[in-house]
Amino acid sequence: MTVLVVLERTPEGIDELSLQALAFARGLASGGDLHALTVTTPSDAVSQGVSVPSFHVAEHEVFGSYAPAAIAQATVELAGRLQPGAIVAAGNERGNEVMAHVAARLDQPFAANCIEATAGEPIRVTRLRWGGSLLEEAAVHGSPALLTVAPHVVAAEAAADAPEFERFTPTLSDADQVMRVTDRAQAFTNGGVSLAEAKVVVSSGRGAGSPEGFEIIEELAGLLGGAVGCSRAVTMAGWRPHTDQVGQTGTKIAPDLYIACGISGATQHMAGCKGAKAILAVNTDPDAPILASADYAVIGDLHEVVPAISAELRKARGS
Amino acid sequence: MNVLVCVKRVPMTGGKIVVTPDEQAIATQHLGFTISPHEECGVEEAVRLVETHGGESVVLTLGPPEAEEQLRDAMALGIDRAVHLVIGDEEFDPQATAAAILEAIETERAGGTEFDLIVFGNESADSGGYQVGIRIAHALGRPIATGLKGVLVDGGRVRCEQDVPGGRDVFDLPLPAVVTVKEGLNFPRYPSVPGRMRAQKKPVAASSPTVPPAKLEKLRLVTPAGERKQAEILGHGPDAAPRVVEVLQRIGIA
Repeated sequence: MTVLVVLERTPEGIDELSLQALAFARGLASGGDLHALTVTTPSDAVSQGVSVPSFHVAEHEVFGSYAPAAIAQATVELAGRLQPGAIVAAGNERGNEVMAHVAARLDQPFAANCIEATAGEPIRVTRLRWGGSLLEEAAVHGSPALLTVAPHVVAAEAAADAPEFERFTPTLSDADQVMRVTDRAQAFTNGGVSLAEAKVVVSSGRGAGSPEGFEIIEELAGLLGGAVGCSRAVTMAGWRPHTDQVGQTGTKIAPDLYIACGISGATQHMAGCKGAKAILAVNTDPDAPILASADYAVIGDLHEVVPAISAELRKARGS
Repeated sequence: MNVLVCVKRVPMTGGKIVVTPDEQAIATQHLGFTISPHEECGVEEAVRLVETHGGESVVLTLGPPEAEEQLRDAMALGIDRAVHLVIGDEEFDPQATAAAILEAIETERAGGTEFDLIVFGNESADSGGYQVGIRIAHALGRPIATGLKGVLVDGGRVRCEQDVPGGRDVFDLPLPAVVTVKEGLNFPRYPSVPGRMRAQKKPVAASSPTVPPAKLEKLRLVTPAGERKQAEILGHGPDAAPRVVEVLQRIGIA
């Protein structure tokens, strides 16, 4: 089967998740023609590419900033020539957005966040639901079938330097170009360590008892050079800003250590912290669901246990 | 301005998702239901926009008869009226969902209501398709921006802000437009008792769309095997602290 993969470029080169999508697409093509597409401006050199027989580069001034509908239109134009059986992109926000635009334009089905795909008529996929807490096996009755690949389910292919590529200028309407980034505003942060990038995250849930209950959480996070997180119940109660929320509808984190204090482990929350390398749970309930995902646990009241850990850390450091 | 916000009734899952024996749905007999989280912020935004700019706010859902509960919840927060596309147990795939909503928007237009802004959640909590809003925007020939944490309407345009690593990307779109929003956009208000009373009297226009064959056909649902861990218990209460610090040191954290 002919497969077209749409790659996102960053200033550093081809995005890591796109290189994972490429590996996934190669598996699906299983020996058939594999094509890749990325976009650029006419003045921009494409210094990094991928090892595929046909690497296409759509060039247009609008691609100077992110323009999802224009990327989709370029994809649709190229797909009209290649007639692929499937089009694949990364299952991140941008990949999902571009593929939904492609799907709308082609009026074809789109399966987001796939972890497996089997060629055939129809193509069968396994995809994530509930932020990965549930899997769906589905048949995609369309041609081309449109798929995005859930992050980190396949290993990325290596990018290729100094690639050979075929440039084309897509025909874009004004309407395609209206949807583009025109400005970059400042991020809303709490001034501390960014939750998404922190090596250690210490969080609490409703068990903290009050906004003031987070003082001991902040203290421990500070000692470990980490960020403070919280559950959705906490942001819904207005105790902490939404930027602190770890979960399916909050921030997805991948720290070396996640210390979850008084957090039961609802699926909404676990969808946000399953990327943690290690989890330490502090919980009064030895049967709390989070213990099935944690590496370490302390059974006890966070109001007693957390200050004791902070004190012990200070003692160990001789301060 | 007239604002339409589309919401989905989803179960409030707890610690574990259990699939029904026929593998077609999740077992919900012990679960409550809610508006999908991103869309709660969409409802709040629709109410605020109409408070600021005047006009009418409408909430729409495609869901079972019980989804009227979520429509009443939205109206308790200040939405003026509701459209209920009533379906049975069958699941509409994203294309079928978009087609049914489009038909409802056409019906509204025929009745004299043009929406300046149509609001969706970025993705539903349960099926996570990431596409219904974009399909609607394309079919209507309107611009769309997705995953927004900021929506500012001013002078016939909407400034759309989207969180990205290191900042916020801004899209500036002409109205009428479509937006999809994310939780964190605003802080949804609690419904007041008078708000709940008023919501019971607000109109719900119900109709039943027909189900076309699914093009994204759900075959079965399965819970991921996952690696169920046996957490190493480091101790009980504050006495566990020295052992915790030992572990932190061992894994290179402290």
